[in-house]
Amino acid sequence: MEQTIEYAHATGVLGSVWLLIAIPLVSSAVILLLGRRSAKFAHWLGTAAIGAGFVLTLIYFFSLRDQPNRAVERNLWEFISVGNLKVDIGLLFDPLSAVFCLLITGVGFLIHLYAVGYMAHDERRHTFFGYFNLFAAAMLLLVLGNNYVMLYLGWEGVGLASYLLISFWYTRPSAATAGKKAFLMNRVGDAGLVIAIFTMFAYLGSTNYADVFNGVGGLSSTVVLLMGLLLLLGATGKSGQFPLQAWLPDAMEGPTPVSALIHAATMVTAGVYLIARSNAIFSANEVLQTVVVSVGALTLLIGCIIGAAKDDIKRVLAWSTVSQIGYMFLGVGLGGGAYALAIIHLLAHGFFKANMFLGAGSVMHGMKDQVDIRRFGGLWKLMPWTFGTFTAGWLAIVGFPGFSGFFTKEPIIVAAFEREGWTAWLYGWAALLGAGLTAFYMTRLWVLTFLGPKRWTEDIEHPHESPPIMVGPLVLLAIGSAIAGGLMASPVAKWLEPPLPHEAGHPEPVMSHGVITTLSLVLTFAGIGLAYLLFRRGTALVEQPAGVVVTAARRNLYADAFNEIVFEKPGIFLTRALVFLDNRGIDGAVNGLAAAVGGGSGRLRRLQTGFVRSYAMSMMAGALVVVAAFVAVQMGWLS
Amino acid sequence: MTGYLGSYATLGLLLVASVLIFVGAFTANRLLSPADPAEPAGKRATYESGVDPVGGDWAQMQIRYYVYAYLYVLFAVEAVFLFPWAVIFDRPGFGATTVVEMAIFVAVLALGILYAWRKKILDWT
Amino acid sequence: MTIKFPDIDYAAIAPLLIMFGVAALGVLVEAFVPKRARHLTQLVLALAGLVAALVVLVTQAETRVVTAGGAIAVDGPALFLQGSIIVLAIMAVLLIGERSLEKGGPFVAQAAITVGSEDDRRQAARADGATEVYPLATFAIFGMMLFVSANDLLTMFIALEVLSLPLYLMCALARRRRLVSQEAALKYFMLGAYASAFFLFGVALVYGFTASVQAAPGRMAGGVDFATIHAAATQSPANRALLFGGLAMIAIGLLFKAAAAPFHVWTPDVYQGAPTAVTGFMAACTKVAAFGALLRVLYVAFDGARWDFTPVLGAIAILTMLVGAVLSVTQTDLKRLLAYSSIANAGYLLVGVLAGVREGISSTMFYLVAYGFTVIAAFAVVTLVRDADGEATHLSRWAGLGRRSPVFAGVFTFILLAFAGIPLTSGFISKFAVFGAALDGGQTWLVIAGVITSMVLAFPYLRVVVMMWLSEPGESTPTIAVPGALTAAALVIGVAATLVLGVAPAPLLNLSDTAGQFIR
Repeated sequence: MEQTIEYAHATGVLGSVWLLIAIPLVSSAVILLLGRRSAKFAHWLGTAAIGAGFVLTLIYFFSLRDQPNRAVERNLWEFISVGNLKVDIGLLFDPLSAVFCLLITGVGFLIHLYAVGYMAHDERRHTFFGYFNLFAAAMLLLVLGNNYVMLYLGWEGVGLASYLLISFWYTRPSAATAGKKAFLMNRVGDAGLVIAIFTMFAYLGSTNYADVFNGVGGLSSTVVLLMGLLLLLGATGKSGQFPLQAWLPDAMEGPTPVSALIHAATMVTAGVYLIARSNAIFSANEVLQTVVVSVGALTLLIGCIIGAAKDDIKRVLAWSTVSQIGYMFLGVGLGGGAYALAIIHLLAHGFFKANMFLGAGSVMHGMKDQVDIRRFGGLWKLMPWTFGTFTAGWLAIVGFPGFSGFFTKEPIIVAAFEREGWTAWLYGWAALLGAGLTAFYMTRLWVLTFLGPKRWTEDIEHPHESPPIMVGPLVLLAIGSAIAGGLMASPVAKWLEPPLPHEAGHPEPVMSHGVITTLSLVLTFAGIGLAYLLFRRGTALVEQPAGVVVTAARRNLYADAFNEIVFEKPGIFLTRALVFLDNRGIDGAVNGLAAAVGGGSGRLRRLQTGFVRSYAMSMMAGALVVVAAFVAVQMGWLS
Repeated sequence: MTGYLGSYATLGLLLVASVLIFVGAFTANRLLSPADPAEPAGKRATYESGVDPVGGDWAQMQIRYYVYAYLYVLFAVEAVFLFPWAVIFDRPGFGATTVVEMAIFVAVLALGILYAWRKKILDWT
Repeated sequence: MTIKFPDIDYAAIAPLLIMFGVAALGVLVEAFVPKRARHLTQLVLALAGLVAALVVLVTQAETRVVTAGGAIAVDGPALFLQGSIIVLAIMAVLLIGERSLEKGGPFVAQAAITVGSEDDRRQAARADGATEVYPLATFAIFGMMLFVSANDLLTMFIALEVLSLPLYLMCALARRRRLVSQEAALKYFMLGAYASAFFLFGVALVYGFTASVQAAPGRMAGGVDFATIHAAATQSPANRALLFGGLAMIAIGLLFKAAAAPFHVWTPDVYQGAPTAVTGFMAACTKVAAFGALLRVLYVAFDGARWDFTPVLGAIAILTMLVGAVLSVTQTDLKRLLAYSSIANAGYLLVGVLAGVREGISSTMFYLVAYGFTVIAAFAVVTLVRDADGEATHLSRWAGLGRRSPVFAGVFTFILLAFAGIPLTSGFISKFAVFGAALDGGQTWLVIAGVITSMVLAFPYLRVVVMMWLSEPGESTPTIAVPGALTAAALVIGVAATLVLGVAPAPLLNLSDTAGQFIR
């Protein structure tokens, strides 16, 4: 089992792999620095940069075949060197990074193309493309780094870019709030990642992937568990998984389905990447794997249940993202061959979710930015292209036989049944139930939007199809949604395996393959049928009183309330208490002097200067404690 | 309470206890004291014995006294260094360097009086 | 009794002498140069002196010597820190010299005039500012440079006073909001004197402890030079309460200057009241000086008591980080916010100091330089956001600034991201370095507290960013003044350094690493 991991030095074509990050970064810098002056060409420059990235990725991808272990690494320069800490700016290109690069540049290119049309009327379109390229550069850095610090650099860069994009339309207060929420929740996750990296330093003295993975075998299981849990915390933050899932749907407040898409198809997969990349750590500990699987299973159910109760088209899609990433977590958590399955599902999801988000954008574009699905209906005649492509995405996500979701989700469900003992039943049924629920709420969305009677608001008279530049990417993505499942049959799954451990001999699933497939199909069709029957005549235009479950789902299963009570309230209380001490307790009273000078001045009125005597008093108290701590303790007067 | 940090724990307990006693005493005072304390005549006078304090507490001093006192201190301190220097500067091994160094020291202090003179601080009126 | 003539290595202390000479010359300029030419003369003199001192310092880079009768140690950390102080002081002097933002400059002619009187209104409206600020600043710089190379506690105390007294005066010079400025100066002076008394008492106790110990055979017994203290820590027969009491009080005196909790109470008021250029000077240079001295005292003199002082100072570090991070969340004034952030940074610096390994010294020094560049740039931006009443420092006034002036809002955003420790800024590298050093030194508890508080601390910075970019500018949003050449230069240096130290920190890290060895 013990084998050392080594990466060949990058030579030839692959030596220039850093270009992948440099090109979008330079393009972003040019756009942002030129500001308004770049407005004329910024969108084309941004799109071309990503397009070039895609072509380069393809070239690198194919030249990777000849490399030993199909992985190359390249150290560019020494980044930090303090004592024993050495971190290099280095890149690693292996099948896992390659697949992510293809996804980021490929889907990213199509999104850029689409955004050229979608953002045509926004006067700050150039800034948008500047952020967009910055995002792509950071994301590529994240997946191309050869150590955890590089990953962290990209991680923070992605966070920053996504923060900027979420709050892009700052005129909406809800956008600003959502940006803040996303930021705070991500910080919680980031703290986990940072501490995990420091743990690696402390125990292994390095953050290079090769060193860490080779060294993990020699660590005690407690340390591995701790490290893994911290990494998992980071991953759940970025990928919107339980318990940090609440920010993701709110992020859909972002200006456009385009930026929302970032939070659906590319960025949120960073967590999956982190776990897949760290598989050596996660495979080293049974408990850890179980935790990842549980997080995945729980989140996928949470996402389905809440998704079924939402009426905002972007939010439904957002919760479905949460749920689909839950599947991926389930896959990477299962270990072994299921790693590759999760990555394939991630690819397929990238396609069909991009397709549906852009489709939703197209609908909104024609419906004056209406997002409430209760206000759609009957659009299939008016937006034939959008309808057709969206349908392909819908069939893919529900796992209709022949579409990609069927090929990628099925094996994960089967893999869940391959666990040992009763857990196979637990996780297997969670995955199956999720499939049924997914079919239900996605069909609800599809039916309410495109079929049934018109329920539009009065101001909409002629919904129209979107311009060709938006429809083009939609068609390409729809084709992708339909055939991406073919990847399963192709050698790509095999090809992914080298960086991922491959255990010989599958345990048999607790139910036979055929039974599982049948069950899942039955559940899927039941979900579709039920949703169609319930919603084919439309739905009530306002929120109806509902039972406990639906109400809870509408309230995001009370996750926000929970966060408020557990995280925000104590924090606010602590802050207030300290401020009280500092301003009142120590200052004694609000200083009349400042108030006298301030008069009408709003600024000075707020000055709460303290008395020197109270300051001196607090210093004295501090000094007493310090001296006591030194003298009394050291002299043993207290023991 | 043993070990490296054990005695710090003792100290911590002690501090917590003292804070509790402090808070307790003041809380007890707040709870037990009458809500409407008596205000007999003279309670707020400076001396409760009845002696009237004479004059205000805000007396102004002519700023020049302060400046002169300051200049005096300057040269008094200088003298403190001059005396031991005067005792040894002609001993072997000291000599010219010592004289130059003391000259620089005095010159730097003289700078102060030069500045004071140019800024017209030395004029009494 | 024989008195020995102390040998003085004039070359090694030449940078110190240059700064002192420049300060003395500055007093002469005040006295004899006509009023109209004074400002330019003083500015050129101060900058030329700083550059000359820096050049001489570089030629002395290899010097490792204890000189002036054991009073001054010129070693790696001393030279590195003196160089940092000079470079940061050049930026601060550039800010101090700016006169294009306000008629007559940001200072008043006479600080002591009763606020609100006829004279005061006249000088605030018309008179040119005091050019005494230059000799005061150079004296303070001299004091700081001596502070980080002092090799005994008395020299250190004198240096402390030489650097503090001019700072007290400079705080009172603000042209706007005179009363707050005077109040800040008086507060700083009184609390500073109070803290100095602690330091002095500590010196006395330590002197009592070392009374019978010789640092080396043939030396006089007793003394407060660091070699003697180091020897006494293991050899002295005196009651060890003297040693620990002395160490505690000396540490209090130094931690006051470093703005560590609970000795930080003066910081927000003083940072807010002082003229912004002076605040920048204090935030950058005083911090370097205070931590330089703290490093020397802890690593050279009290090295033997490390086991004993680490828990207590560690608790102070955590308290400092907590107070700084949590209280900055609710600040509504930008200068106060930066003051609390400076307190929190003192906590992170303490983490580096307490690492107890050589990397602790070098990473702390790197942090000081990186933070200094960033914080001066931050205060430079603060001087630019103005309305009719001078600087608009209330946070609500900064709302929507991103629309008004994207360039400066962008620059300030970058600075705040550096404070928040976002990668590719110097803030990330410096935090990384001190935390890494502390891990090396086995101080994991401090690192955990540091990581958690730095996550909290990111919030107030980002709140400012959000306010600047995501709000509409209102009626009261101030304009951003066009910076004069001096402010622009300081700003460019600060931002460029923040970026360069974030992307390619290796040269400076190596430099601080080679310099990270004290001599005793």
